[in-house]
Amino acid sequence: MAISTETSPAPPAPRKRVKQSTGRAGDKVFLGLSRGSGILLLVLMASIAAFLTYRSVLAISKDDTNFLTTFNWDPAAAKPTFGIAVLLFGTVVSSVIAMAIAVPVAVGIALFISHYAPRRLAAPLAYVVDLLAAVPSIIYGIWGALFLVPYLEGTNLWLDQYLGWTYIFDKTEVGVARSIFTVGVLLAIMILPIITSVSREVFLQVPRINEEAALALGATRWEVIRLSVLPFGRSGVISASMLGLGRALGETMAVATVLSPSFLISGHVLDAGGGTFAQNIAAKFDEANPLGRDALIASGLVLFILTLLVNGAARMIIARRKEYSGANA
Amino acid sequence: MSHATVQDVAPAPAAPHEPLASKHLPRWAPAGIAVLAVVLGVGIGAGAGWHSKVQWGLISALLFVVITYVTSTAVEGKRQAKDRIATSVVWVCFVLAVIPLASLIWETVSRGSKAFSIDFLTHSMAGVASFQPGGGVYHALIGTLEQVGIATLISVPIGLLTAVYLVEYGKGALAKAVTFFVDVMTGIPSIVAGLFILTLVLMLGLGPAGYLGSLALTILMIPVVVRSTEEMLKLVPNELREASLALGIPKWRTILKVVIPTAIGGITTGVMLAIARVAGETAPIMLLVFGSPMINSNPFKDPQSSLPFYIWDQYRVGSEASYDRAWAAALVLIAFVMILNLVARGIARWKAPKTGR
Amino acid sequence: MAKRIDVSGLTAYYSAHKAIEDISMTVEPRSVTAFIGPSGCGKSTLLRTLNRMHEVTPGGRVEGKVLLDDENLYSSSVDPVTVRRTVGMVFQRPNPFPTMSIFDNVAAGLRLNGRYKKSELNDVVEKSLKGANLWNEVKDRLNKPGSGLSGGQQQRLCIARAIAVEPQVLLMDEPCSALDPISTLAIEDLIGELKERFTIVIVTHNMQQAARVSDRTAFFNLSAVGQPGRLIELDETSRIFSNPSVQATEDYISGRFG
Repeated sequence: MAISTETSPAPPAPRKRVKQSTGRAGDKVFLGLSRGSGILLLVLMASIAAFLTYRSVLAISKDDTNFLTTFNWDPAAAKPTFGIAVLLFGTVVSSVIAMAIAVPVAVGIALFISHYAPRRLAAPLAYVVDLLAAVPSIIYGIWGALFLVPYLEGTNLWLDQYLGWTYIFDKTEVGVARSIFTVGVLLAIMILPIITSVSREVFLQVPRINEEAALALGATRWEVIRLSVLPFGRSGVISASMLGLGRALGETMAVATVLSPSFLISGHVLDAGGGTFAQNIAAKFDEANPLGRDALIASGLVLFILTLLVNGAARMIIARRKEYSGANA
Repeated sequence: MSHATVQDVAPAPAAPHEPLASKHLPRWAPAGIAVLAVVLGVGIGAGAGWHSKVQWGLISALLFVVITYVTSTAVEGKRQAKDRIATSVVWVCFVLAVIPLASLIWETVSRGSKAFSIDFLTHSMAGVASFQPGGGVYHALIGTLEQVGIATLISVPIGLLTAVYLVEYGKGALAKAVTFFVDVMTGIPSIVAGLFILTLVLMLGLGPAGYLGSLALTILMIPVVVRSTEEMLKLVPNELREASLALGIPKWRTILKVVIPTAIGGITTGVMLAIARVAGETAPIMLLVFGSPMINSNPFKDPQSSLPFYIWDQYRVGSEASYDRAWAAALVLIAFVMILNLVARGIARWKAPKTGR
Repeated sequence: MAKRIDVSGLTAYYSAHKAIEDISMTVEPRSVTAFIGPSGCGKSTLLRTLNRMHEVTPGGRVEGKVLLDDENLYSSSVDPVTVRRTVGMVFQRPNPFPTMSIFDNVAAGLRLNGRYKKSELNDVVEKSLKGANLWNEVKDRLNKPGSGLSGGQQQRLCIARAIAVEPQVLLMDEPCSALDPISTLAIEDLIGELKERFTIVIVTHNMQQAARVSDRTAFFNLSAVGQPGRLIELDETSRIFSNPSVQATEDYISGRFG
């Protein structure tokens, strides 16, 4: 457009110029609006960080003990004490269990859909997996509490019996399976669809010629996957897993319904007890006094930072992969 | 084979060429082994007196993989056996994952249909003691629709404009920063979004209301809308833009009249998927809207309920009747989300610009 | 090291579409046979049926026989994996494994077939790279990724990878179409050397190339778009280019169509 103004000084120019000036103004307004909403997002992110930090500082300054290492949550006491040690432990351990189960299985399902399933089955399967990724977490929560918990009791006894010597799977108390382990299993089931869905996309993007290269060397199906598909898809699977991890870390309702919480750190993952950031906020919010709310906000800030780190790592991996695939184009 | 020349050119131990024909397991072998493994698994499970079917399944799966490996190694050799083991592990993964996910849907439908009726959809919980049967989700439906509606009204324009900025104008540091923080926002847990609005509520001294929940949902929704819109706008071929610009149409009109209409199908899909996602969020509602058994159709004043919150609330009560209501509400919510998803994907397929894959 | 290929009554389909029909021909060992013909005549399809790569394409299936010496590739007891190990292939676009080093690319096929000592692998890799006329260019950077090479080098790397497993036959699907003239020349020289050891079949769009590198040339044609491709004639390259026995061949070669 800029060019046309410069190259048409001829008589019709005045009329044209009028038209274009409205165009220009429209452009300016539109650019302003769209850039404005971009900036708004940045402001929003900044204020999330700032406000959470501000309230957290208020809370932590009144905390009588060390916020990071205390095994207790009692902001209503005369000398308020609360700390996130148990929550951090529970959040990390349940997410680690979830990842340990979900990632291999999800990669398996993704490979199943992309390379093993009969063609006629593959497309509807992919569709169903995508739908399952949309099931709200509260539904996973009540399913976990009312259905999965009773079903896992036998498995937990079993784990105790055969793997009890590992300490981790030693079940020291009888009782229902409302443990960090059960939470981990439920989180695994929840994040399966999303990890599967992203991994499948990546596996389908493996260039044909790469797979044919392996085939033409006389590779079996598994060898094609090992030579061509997995190396190509590795970073995609990692970032998909990170996405799943982010969800597992911040999951509230599924944990709150299943876990029977306590403010203890126990290495025995089959015993009931423990807690996660999000679950603790959901459980303690109703009865919290003003300081209690700020204390919960402070724990939420830690969760926020944790998820930021995980997501940041995922983005960096994706960015690296882009450079890498660019070099090969 | 002329071995002399082989030796000349490749003294290295290149694989001696085996005959092309080789022994195979019959085609029905995997299915047969699967049946055998399940029978053995059930036998062992029943014999050992394990109650949990989970154990039976795990034993069967293990047996399947082991038997496959052993028979294939014996008949076909190591490499084929490895290939078979990979195939069977992949199948086992699939079956193991399908069972819980299918059970989730099945339980929701079968338990949910117990308390579900037209009355359930048209009545609130006003005057119904929580341990009694009866009552419904009418008030929660209104809450969900209003809260999600407001969130959509706020986040769609912002998300759309941001995506337009990123695709059509974005260059340099600002666009990079926006892209990065949109990614970061995608990962914000819903409870953190709720806590952020809560800090505002605490500072301004506001009471619980539906719109506060909407604001938290907006934070969750914007990045999804931006991402999907961005993807769709990128699919619009550059030739279209250039054709329009070459006619002397200003850029903003090109975007509004050519680019966005071309991508509108995909954008709608993205928005609907975003709606489906936030409609199931419980945590922010819990922190900001508080829930209420009454019908409150004013989203700007006083507590409101919402479907996911209702499920949580009924679950917490812990009586037989309230569990039934929780499942019935779960059925309504899942139906709502699934229909949104199906329609959205239908639109996507119907309106999709033809691309390679 | 090289085997004869006998194709008889071969018909190949993509789902319902018949791509080539009733092809019968013989490919002589230790020689270069070129497939030429207009686009869509099925020469690449035929090439891919020779190592059972055609059936990898969704909907691809084959009727008829392909005998490698005396074994039918399509008999039910034959494992396609074994076939592809015996009949190597080089593709139109160079496709080294992008995540692997040059060394690992060449060693990839061997590693599939069992465990080798490091020294044995070193020998085979060096031999194969020398065989592909690439050794001098890459010997100092064997551990660099193969994707860092130029297009022509990548294609020679793919040839080295294919010959490292000592196949009986080497199939080449327009191996120079993505390359510049100098790289093309290097590959053509290489084909001349490789035919001492392998049976080579090359698909090419470039008739000068067919005339330069091949001993025998097969001309394929189709009666109309959508119709299956057929073998028109197969003869010594010199005969095909000077005095073909079928009018259509002469028309194609003299540039009257195609």
